[in-house]
Amino acid sequence: MDVNLPEKYRPIIDAERCIKCRKCIRECSFGALRFEDDRVKYNGGCVSCLRCVTICPTQAIAVREVDPQFTPHPVFDEKVRRSIIAQANSGGVLLTSCGTDKEYMDIFSHLLLDAAQVTNPSIDPLREPVETRTYLGRRTGRLPMRDGKIDIEADMPPIISMDMPLMIGHISLGSVSYNTQKALFSAAKDLNIIAGSGEGGLHKDFYGFSDWVCSEVASGRFGVTADYLKRVSSVEIKIGQGAKPGHGGHLPGEKVSELISEARMIPKGTDALSPYPHHDIYSIEDLQQLISVLKESTEYKVPVGVKIAAVHNVGAIASGVVRAGADFITVDGLRGGTGSAPRIIRDHAGMPIEIAIATVDQRLQEEGLRNKVTLCAGGGIRSSADMIKAIALGADVVMVYTAALVAMGCKVCQQCHQGICAWGIATQRDELTKRLDPDIATQRVTNLFRAWNEELREVIGAMGIDSVESLVGNRDRLRYIGPNHRIAEIIGVKHSGEGWG
Amino acid sequence: MDHRGRYDRVDDMGIRSHMAFDERRYVVEIPHSMKYQMGSCGIAGAINVNGEKIPGSMIETMITTMAERENGLGAGFVCYGLFPDHTDEYCLQFLFDDDDARREVEEFMKDWVEVEWDEKVYTSTNFIRIAPPFPLVRRYFALPKRKSVQFWMQGLDDDDYIVRMVMLINAKIKGAFCVSSGKNMAVFKGSGYARDIAKFYDIFRYSGEMWLSHSRFPTNSPGWWAGAHPISILDWSVCHNGEITSYGVNKKYVEMFGYNCALLTDSETITYLWDLLVRRHGLPVEAAAFSMAPQYYSEIERMGSQERELATRLRMTYKEAFLNGPFSILVGRGDPITMIALADRKKLRPMVVGRADDDSEFYVASEECAIKAVNKDTSTWTPKAGNPVVIKAGEGLVRTGLEPPFQGVV
Amino acid sequence: MSEDELMDQCVVIDADRRDELGHPMGYRELNERIREAVSKGCKNVVLNNVLGQRYIGSTIGVARIEIHGTPGNDLGAFLNGATIEVFGNAQDVTGNTMNAGRIIVHGNAWDITGLAARGGTILIRDDAGYRVGINMKEYEDTKPSLIIGGSVRDYLGEYMAGGSILVLGTGVTEGQSPIGLYIGAGIHGGRLFIRGKVESYQLGAGATITDIAEDDIEELESMISEYELAFGKKIERDWSKFVKIAPQDSRPFKGYYDKTLI
Repeated sequence: MDVNLPEKYRPIIDAERCIKCRKCIRECSFGALRFEDDRVKYNGGCVSCLRCVTICPTQAIAVREVDPQFTPHPVFDEKVRRSIIAQANSGGVLLTSCGTDKEYMDIFSHLLLDAAQVTNPSIDPLREPVETRTYLGRRTGRLPMRDGKIDIEADMPPIISMDMPLMIGHISLGSVSYNTQKALFSAAKDLNIIAGSGEGGLHKDFYGFSDWVCSEVASGRFGVTADYLKRVSSVEIKIGQGAKPGHGGHLPGEKVSELISEARMIPKGTDALSPYPHHDIYSIEDLQQLISVLKESTEYKVPVGVKIAAVHNVGAIASGVVRAGADFITVDGLRGGTGSAPRIIRDHAGMPIEIAIATVDQRLQEEGLRNKVTLCAGGGIRSSADMIKAIALGADVVMVYTAALVAMGCKVCQQCHQGICAWGIATQRDELTKRLDPDIATQRVTNLFRAWNEELREVIGAMGIDSVESLVGNRDRLRYIGPNHRIAEIIGVKHSGEGWG
Repeated sequence: MDHRGRYDRVDDMGIRSHMAFDERRYVVEIPHSMKYQMGSCGIAGAINVNGEKIPGSMIETMITTMAERENGLGAGFVCYGLFPDHTDEYCLQFLFDDDDARREVEEFMKDWVEVEWDEKVYTSTNFIRIAPPFPLVRRYFALPKRKSVQFWMQGLDDDDYIVRMVMLINAKIKGAFCVSSGKNMAVFKGSGYARDIAKFYDIFRYSGEMWLSHSRFPTNSPGWWAGAHPISILDWSVCHNGEITSYGVNKKYVEMFGYNCALLTDSETITYLWDLLVRRHGLPVEAAAFSMAPQYYSEIERMGSQERELATRLRMTYKEAFLNGPFSILVGRGDPITMIALADRKKLRPMVVGRADDDSEFYVASEECAIKAVNKDTSTWTPKAGNPVVIKAGEGLVRTGLEPPFQGVV
Repeated sequence: MSEDELMDQCVVIDADRRDELGHPMGYRELNERIREAVSKGCKNVVLNNVLGQRYIGSTIGVARIEIHGTPGNDLGAFLNGATIEVFGNAQDVTGNTMNAGRIIVHGNAWDITGLAARGGTILIRDDAGYRVGINMKEYEDTKPSLIIGGSVRDYLGEYMAGGSILVLGTGVTEGQSPIGLYIGAGIHGGRLFIRGKVESYQLGAGATITDIAEDDIEELESMISEYELAFGKKIERDWSKFVKIAPQDSRPFKGYYDKTLI
């Protein structure tokens, strides 16, 4: 009774260039190609992951988007009709991965940066220092005094120093391969920043990276052991994820390999289910309880933060989270990535990160809490420009997820949930995971974020700012140029054409 | 007078631009179009450390010697040690647009303070190149009314109580502005050339142990008298040259502590930062200065362990107090009368310190000529970037601005 | 020019002549009088009681200008061959973009001295401020030199593309360095000679410490002699105490940019 859906992509093979090495066929994990009649033929099922295009030694392959097959209709567009047909076929909840592909939610593109002219000089970061050191953790707001002097012996809350205002977001072992996580961790180490472990424990092979790893305590508590809590730079309680606020996690049994079983401490082949909420947190005072037990268990040696998805009441929730004792708060925006999420939630629930950052920053300032907590923001940070704008809106640290994977080879084909990633990233199959060389991937991620950091230095230098903390929440240096001035009002950014103040 | 470099702007910009703004009649009331004030400036200060008085004419000479640095849109003076008969009371000096504003303020203050004495501040509009209207200037020597409902409700110490009252008046009462609220000091400022503001207030009639002054070269802001420098709260006053690129961060920070940024300038946030960091948080001047103009981490790494620890803690804790961008500031404080001079950590604005050969007087100015104009027998130096110069009445030169940042602190 | 004294082609101008408001002569009048004297063939101009007047001597070609007092900012801007001698301290931006000539300061000169100088010589007897000799450059035969007797602050010779800077470090406490931090940041031409201690952390990006070579000594010798002659001081020639700072490369930041078609 299934109705076929037209192909979306189609590989075109240039017969003149093709040397019939059949590498493309071997590399296509989606089984879209075959060799027949002395040439490469297309089976169907191409997802445009561009693996074949990239590895073809003679560059004989191009993937083309198939022209729309559906009658043009402005309301019942192709996506709408494809969804209807698919769900009529299956009766299922549509599953997808990566961040939402709905473009109307991008506010970053409507923000313009400032630069110095005349009244203050711009700074050349190549020749003069422009600092990007960033701290993650709680601050005291003032320094304790003793006998009229600053007491530099006094205990301070634990805090982490990073070389950039950037963290690699939580991507779990399970959603991605061993080699991928290894590359993310070692890039974090090389860059002296923090990478998130995701919900999946910390594999014993990665204990050497623990100073650069923030471990996640999510609702499934996978791999959360006394040992795990001792081997971290920081702990983050994951309440929600921007791509699927209010939703839990589901790693299908097929993906629970020997390796994953070991890290998550569950039997091989069983589903790994993360409940929707934490069942020890039904209210804010319960969160306080979990924060406290984690602080107690880590002997107050590491910062404990809380990650929430950006939802409509994010300002008030964030202030509650800080009052509950979080040392840092991570807000994950609507466009955040995922290894698997229902399309309905990914595309329709939550709040753009730009608005979330500004409202949380504003709320914390109004409540006198802003100088005590680190605000991390992620979910939709694609470039250094997004990073810079996010910081100017009020984030101390940005979390980057998808871009790190793209640096390694990911082409954002949105098929992670299938677990057969041709690039060896979002998969646990041995024949695929070995495609990713962790050393090369480390280098590529390191290169990317170094370049971003240089671009950050260029931009703040041009603004006449020589240390990134002076950009944090400095919304005076942003202007809105988009269609909806109400957005500008809400995020506290003036419209282009308005002066300072 | 067009053959003189120093005056030729008057015809082009000074007088005419005043005329253009006249019909709006901004004097004390904040201009409705005002968003942010910026501009470059000249600063000058003089202090006598032996308790002798410095006449107003000296500071006038200093600031007007650097007339190239101003464009007639704001200047001001602050004098410390001005009221030996009223050292215990807060001197609340106001600019009013009219008697209605004055009455409103007086009515408001009845619930808050006991006015011991009030007087009209002498002003004269003869021979000055400032177009009317002019503000009414009045000062009130006052003490918190301890038995009032307000005092009980606010539950603050005297200083914080006065700060709260000044913030409320400046934010809420139209056409009135409290320009200074410290003890034994007062601010004289307005929209005009330094020379004319000096004449308007006849600062030549005053003398005190310390004077600071400022002349502005703003890129905007019509004749708004309250917006000129020095900017003052309690016995703090700040004269500032430069533009802070981190203004958005600093402003949000001081607002978190209840300061109301009514003047729309970065200089105002600097004033509140000093009050917050030193008076309320108890930081030594060196540590406060370091928070505002910290050394680079690469330099911090080379410090001794204690200094490094302190420097790191300051940078971490007070990152929102960090004044980025170019500035040189002169900060005054009473009891003991103290002058602090500080330049940004890249030393992007000029500042020269002068020391009279007999060590009785010290001077700070944007340009050396301002110092030589009042005392040829001085030795001069420039302090290091981000390194405060501290001169105290009764003690003399406490810091030259060349010492290690935390000398005497750790 | 009624009150000016014209004797042996020497014009003396008293800049302290006060106006009706009691303020000294404005810079436009002062500079106009200097230019007038020079255009009439006067080779010696003496300025007395100078107090902050700016732009003195800008673009002047042939003449000797003697200044008593404190000249203002931009002293000798775009100077084109004249000699300016200051008996006192100079302020900021002395010798801005000068092309040729000499500026001699019997005292200190503060920030940004010698900005973008293309030729000529600046001699400072004592100390100088921040960003001294920034963006100096040389082209064909013109080569600027900047000689400082005492110490300087951060960013000396930043963006330096040519010419020579010499810091003699007189009066610097034993064990201290006569220069600040970020010295020669972005240097891609020219050279700096420092007498005294220089640590590698003081160097800016693209700068490197090298030994004094034989042909450097010739240049050093002539610069030091010039300093000695100008100020009547004696400088010890112990080459082991000198350090040379030179560019690592004439293009210090190649490889920084990515030119991929996006």
